[in-house]
Amino acid sequence: MRTADLTTALILIAGGALVIWDSLRLGIGWGTDGPQSGFFPFWLAVLLVVACAVIGVQARRRARARPFVTREQLMPVLTTLVPTAGFVVLTQFLGLYVATTLFMAFYMRWIGRYSWVPVVLVSVLFPLVIFVTFEKWFLVPMPKGPLEAWLGY
Amino acid sequence: MGWENLLLGFQVAAQPFNLGLAVLGITLGTIIGVLPGLGGANGVAILLPLTFSMNPTSAIILLTSLYWGALFGGAITSILFNIPGEPWSVATTFDGYPMARHGKGGEALTAAFTSSFVGALFSVILITLFAPLLAEIALKFGPPEFFAIQLLTFSSFIGLGGGNPIKSLVSILIGFILAAAGLDIVTGQLRLTFGITELMKGFDFIVAVIGLFGIGEILLSVEEGLSFRGVSPQINPKVVWQTWKTLPRYYRTFIRGAFIGFWMGFKPGGATPASFMSYAFAKRFSRHPERFGKGEIEGVIAPETAAHAAGGASLLPMITLGIPGSPTAAVMLGGLIIWGLQPGPMLFREKPEFVWGLIASMYTGNLIGVAMVLAFVPLFAAILRIPFAILTPVIVAVCAVGSYAVHDSMIDIWYMLLFGVIGYVFKKLDYPLAPLVLALVLGDLAENALRQSLIMSQGSLLILFERPISGVISTIALVFFALPLLQGYLRRARRSEVPVVSSHDG
Repeated sequence: MRTADLTTALILIAGGALVIWDSLRLGIGWGTDGPQSGFFPFWLAVLLVVACAVIGVQARRRARARPFVTREQLMPVLTTLVPTAGFVVLTQFLGLYVATTLFMAFYMRWIGRYSWVPVVLVSVLFPLVIFVTFEKWFLVPMPKGPLEAWLGY
Repeated sequence: MGWENLLLGFQVAAQPFNLGLAVLGITLGTIIGVLPGLGGANGVAILLPLTFSMNPTSAIILLTSLYWGALFGGAITSILFNIPGEPWSVATTFDGYPMARHGKGGEALTAAFTSSFVGALFSVILITLFAPLLAEIALKFGPPEFFAIQLLTFSSFIGLGGGNPIKSLVSILIGFILAAAGLDIVTGQLRLTFGITELMKGFDFIVAVIGLFGIGEILLSVEEGLSFRGVSPQINPKVVWQTWKTLPRYYRTFIRGAFIGFWMGFKPGGATPASFMSYAFAKRFSRHPERFGKGEIEGVIAPETAAHAAGGASLLPMITLGIPGSPTAAVMLGGLIIWGLQPGPMLFREKPEFVWGLIASMYTGNLIGVAMVLAFVPLFAAILRIPFAILTPVIVAVCAVGSYAVHDSMIDIWYMLLFGVIGYVFKKLDYPLAPLVLALVLGDLAENALRQSLIMSQGSLLILFERPISGVISTIALVFFALPLLQGYLRRARRSEVPVVSSHDG
């Protein structure tokens, strides 16, 4: 917990420093027509750095109590996070519908241990429901890939 | 003012199409409220793109109904599954779940839904009475007053939000900084883009809401293992009727909860402290405080009344000032802008049919809502029996659909993933997420109000204190900002030893 708190505070301080640097480039003073572009972000970032420093000091003073995440907790989190990230990558290249099909099939098969019949049924039907609702009914387009192009959408 | 306007509103809200939308909204909202990882804010965010082509009044009726539905759905999971869907349902689990375990789930649910209805109704009546007055006053506001209200908004997170005030401050600052990224409309300069074109468009708060609350919440809920265990509800008209007959006995708890909820709720972040405060009061004034936590019906009534009164009240500053009181209200505010309406006091003059249609739909929506959830609780509870391995990818995919639809842009799905991880880490480290979202929404407004104020005063911040209304509001805001320091000082004065900062990490 303490390490995670310190790491987060340090990352945020680094981010704050980046914002301060960019704000200084834009100018933090008084321009011809009021405060310059960097004025507002500069003071926000200064406050952020100070606040994170305080959090860092608080965290350092605290005893090393509970771990941020236990091994038993981390496994299910990773088995969800990694396929989710994979799903986003697939969406980038194959479009949302195909990515959803593959993601659902993978998750149901390997985590839910379903037999192939329900896996195929659900993972094909659900993207179709999204397609009909969003693309056809409400005319909200979704990212598409080679398969949709081949089908003529 | 008043009744003829409300009547006009009812004529709008009672149109068959709008009533149908209310039923649809409540159904979807309750489903969303029951599902882990989806709550009021991101449910509204995901469905927002579907309303782009509707007329604004119907769209807001759909979204507010969704919001009521999500609030009702949260009560179902709290009582039957011991899973608080939203932070303000935590107090409902204290007595709701023990009641369900003792076979009194039906009573608990009936009490929860009825209290929700009473709390929300109380708020809506007060909104009907006070919103036009507040809008009238707000019409006289200039930039310093608006900036002062923003200060008050964020100071109340720090002073009254509970938890670590410095972490609340950090959340607010991150939100404002993210809002500043992209094109600065005043000077035309690019800020915080570091030469990367994708960053030019900035961060959309709707995507942030979906990532932080949707993906982040999924990751948190799988931590406890990949399944849910719940109690089956025994609910039928007889149980409902029996419970209703006992409820008038607790009128004091209802009244107290409604007042606490409304008072806390029109300030941001108020619903959660309101529900806990109401629970604590109910326990203190009860003749059997020892029964609390073991399945006392008052322990369900108190937090639910307060949470829903607060949920209703959070819409008051949104429609009168254009400043949302909760993340869900913030998403609706974003909707208003997309539908081409200018949120704020002018709405009452320029779009009365919108404002009064919205207010009237709060009455009809709640009435339909309470009837529907009471009738269909077993169906809604059955959603949580859908196996986890199916539910998780469905929720992730729906979140991705909602993120993409906001701007038709793939990068938003990446942001959703990023915000999901941030949401998970921040939740674990006790950084509150609601202030981050509100700051992201209000960032541009706040910055412009501050800039214009500074231009008016030629660079002096004292303008915030020199004008009467903004002076009073700014002073209250400063007091709230200082409140944690004062409390720390008082505590230190009372005890000789400095208490170690408590680490109540979830």
